[in-house]
Amino acid sequence: MEQEVKLMKGNEAIAHAAIRYGMDGYFGYPITPQSEVLETLAAEKPWETTGMVVLQAESEVAAINMVYGGAAAGKAVMTSSSSPGVSLKQEGISYIAGARLPALIINVMRGGPGLGTIQPSQADYFQATKGGGHGDYHLIVLSPATVQEMTDFVGLGMDLAFKYRVPSMILADGIVGQMMEKVVLPPARPRRTDAEVREQCPWAATGKHGRGHRNVVTSLELESSIMEKNNEILQDTYKLISANEVRYQEYFTDDCEYLIVAFGTVARIALKAIEEARAAGIKIGLLRPITLWPFPTQAISDLAARVKGILTVELNAGQMIEDVRLAVNGRIPVTHFGRMGGMIPTPGEILDAFHRDFPNA
Amino acid sequence: MKEEIIIAGFGGQGVLSMGKILAYAGLMDNREVTWMPAYGPEQRGGTANVTVIVSDTPISSPIVDKYDTAVILNQQSLDKFESKVKPGGTLIYDPYGIHHAPTRTDITVIPVNATEAAIEMGNSKTYNMILLGALLKARPLMEDDAVIRGLKKTLPERHHHLIPLNQEAITKGKSLVNA
Amino acid sequence: MNIQDIIKPENKTYNRPRLLLDVNTHYCPGCSHGVVHKLIAEVIDEMGLEDTAVGVAPVGCAVFAYNYIDIDWVEAAHGRAPAIATAISRLNPGNVVFTYQGDGDLAAIGTAETIHAANRGENIVIVFINNAIYGMTGGQMAPTTLLGQKTATTPYGRQADLNGYPIKISDILAGLDGTCYVTRQSVHTPAAVRKAKSALKKAFQNALDKRGTSVVEVVSTCNSGWKLTPAQSNEWMVENMFVKYPLGDLKNV
Repeated sequence: MEQEVKLMKGNEAIAHAAIRYGMDGYFGYPITPQSEVLETLAAEKPWETTGMVVLQAESEVAAINMVYGGAAAGKAVMTSSSSPGVSLKQEGISYIAGARLPALIINVMRGGPGLGTIQPSQADYFQATKGGGHGDYHLIVLSPATVQEMTDFVGLGMDLAFKYRVPSMILADGIVGQMMEKVVLPPARPRRTDAEVREQCPWAATGKHGRGHRNVVTSLELESSIMEKNNEILQDTYKLISANEVRYQEYFTDDCEYLIVAFGTVARIALKAIEEARAAGIKIGLLRPITLWPFPTQAISDLAARVKGILTVELNAGQMIEDVRLAVNGRIPVTHFGRMGGMIPTPGEILDAFHRDFPNA
Repeated sequence: MKEEIIIAGFGGQGVLSMGKILAYAGLMDNREVTWMPAYGPEQRGGTANVTVIVSDTPISSPIVDKYDTAVILNQQSLDKFESKVKPGGTLIYDPYGIHHAPTRTDITVIPVNATEAAIEMGNSKTYNMILLGALLKARPLMEDDAVIRGLKKTLPERHHHLIPLNQEAITKGKSLVNA
Repeated sequence: MNIQDIIKPENKTYNRPRLLLDVNTHYCPGCSHGVVHKLIAEVIDEMGLEDTAVGVAPVGCAVFAYNYIDIDWVEAAHGRAPAIATAISRLNPGNVVFTYQGDGDLAAIGTAETIHAANRGENIVIVFINNAIYGMTGGQMAPTTLLGQKTATTPYGRQADLNGYPIKISDILAGLDGTCYVTRQSVHTPAAVRKAKSALKKAFQNALDKRGTSVVEVVSTCNSGWKLTPAQSNEWMVENMFVKYPLGDLKNV
């Protein structure tokens, strides 16, 4: 069968990908710049075709707790929001992580802090990769740079969430949410049956259905020695994820003398800057982390051994740069160029920043 | 081939939808395309602009410093984008409401009286299609057929009866540009 | 019949319900929670819902409700039980889902979730324990604390100008189109316990029949928080709580 190529916004692609993945439920609350996810789902009416539940909740807090409830029942469930709304969801995300539940959370980032702006940003990197809510936990954080990746990461994020029983997050910027590109939608697959859910998620609160024992989904444990063990289970899982799931992409790194590290759409703007630099004979490479957690620490460490300097470019005041510096461990200069508050750098501005920081290049 | 285009004007002039039809036409022509709007409340009466890139090769950045072609529909957008057209590039603008005409001499400047033409056609909604026609005359990026197929993709089924009118507007726009 | 004969299994006339787990209770002597837990265990068993019931436990004294009733449970964040129940019920319409919430959980921090789940007419049962105090955290003011009532955070008695008024949340819920049954019960006498049980049965039947949201408020005692004996607590509840929160059906359609 010929693949159907579509032109759509990243936000719309998420909705179509979710239906085709066989997602059981979406729970969300409108917020710019990602409302098209809920709008597209409402227009597609998947409850009439796949049986997927789509519900506009009364708040982001309610939406993430609906996700918690659905995940506790073993269902494939997701929510999407933008920065201020994702802040509201943090309590629920911590509970989901603490109860070891799979779920997919999408943050189409806008500029903060506070109500901020509706224009694109990457200022929630710390929140997404370092915790966000309370307690020692991590999300698997995927950073899409194209509408195709917005599409593909819905399935990838949900699959990884179920594989490790952790919540996944797609941390997108407003650019890739709002821009249209060509996209190949994944083939549709049926939602899991109730019997499959019970078999694949023996921990889920599905009703006992003759199981013989009750399932309790909780993050609560007042006995500290047991709670420490629960934490150790989480940490062991995170080690496994760090060992197996690091994803990144390198461009022009075979012969590069300098490196730019950037994620999401910014990596594409940086790539154009690099193309222009290479036309002028300056050998810059690009490393684009695809998983922001786990971070491609080893890959950056390896490149640090053979480049003269690294520029990180972000839509924030310098957040990912901390992880790059940990990977580099002081061996070479690591500098930052960022725009904030919804401003987007152009390729020319990135090159200017590069020449400012590395005048001898 | 790679064409980096900015379309800029007021919200309500059909800037975003003109970009969308262009992007869909590119899709129909098996090109790579990106459509990147300046999104938000700007859609509701303020300035609106969209960057459309049509290319034979994969597109890295959807955001660029300079444009091959600019389609400019108001003074603010002209002030903002005239300097951002690449030397040798093309600037198409509607002189209606323009007090300070473009001054650059290193680019091709094409005035298109689209407002007048739309009034002549008796339908203000043909405005952006007239400009699209002008753009495609000045920059023959793709065949008319791809544009019509793009139009079919963007228009809801119930509006397909308007396609002949749009086709007429494109032809009208083409006639306003000297080859 | 001497005591040795009386305690022989064959002479037992009253048993722990089959689905009530044989564990030590963490509730205080005299607390209403234990009675309501027993009733829910009985109702689920008698209605044949053991395999399909899912309970959502709150934050508050009933945070450990899942330790007592032998069905599947999900522990909610404070106030969020109706949102969680919404998702489970919609994703698994074959489940019978109920929340078990105290006054702070339901009528303070979780007001939005409660009202909107009820307003959507989710096919769930909300069991609402109203004892006018925060028991778990040590006897602080609840949204339902009566005017003049002393708590750890209203040591001179609740004053309207300082703390606002006690909220009659069930009356609000009864006014929503999504609720089919809102009732206020208590469990302080055998007759009241029997009535509360039939109210719970009706509520679970409504959920099975997809008739919308049912709310069973149980005006309850917290003798530890109220600093009274269990017997005094019952008297105080009848004299004071029932005045503000009169028993009976608020809505039954």
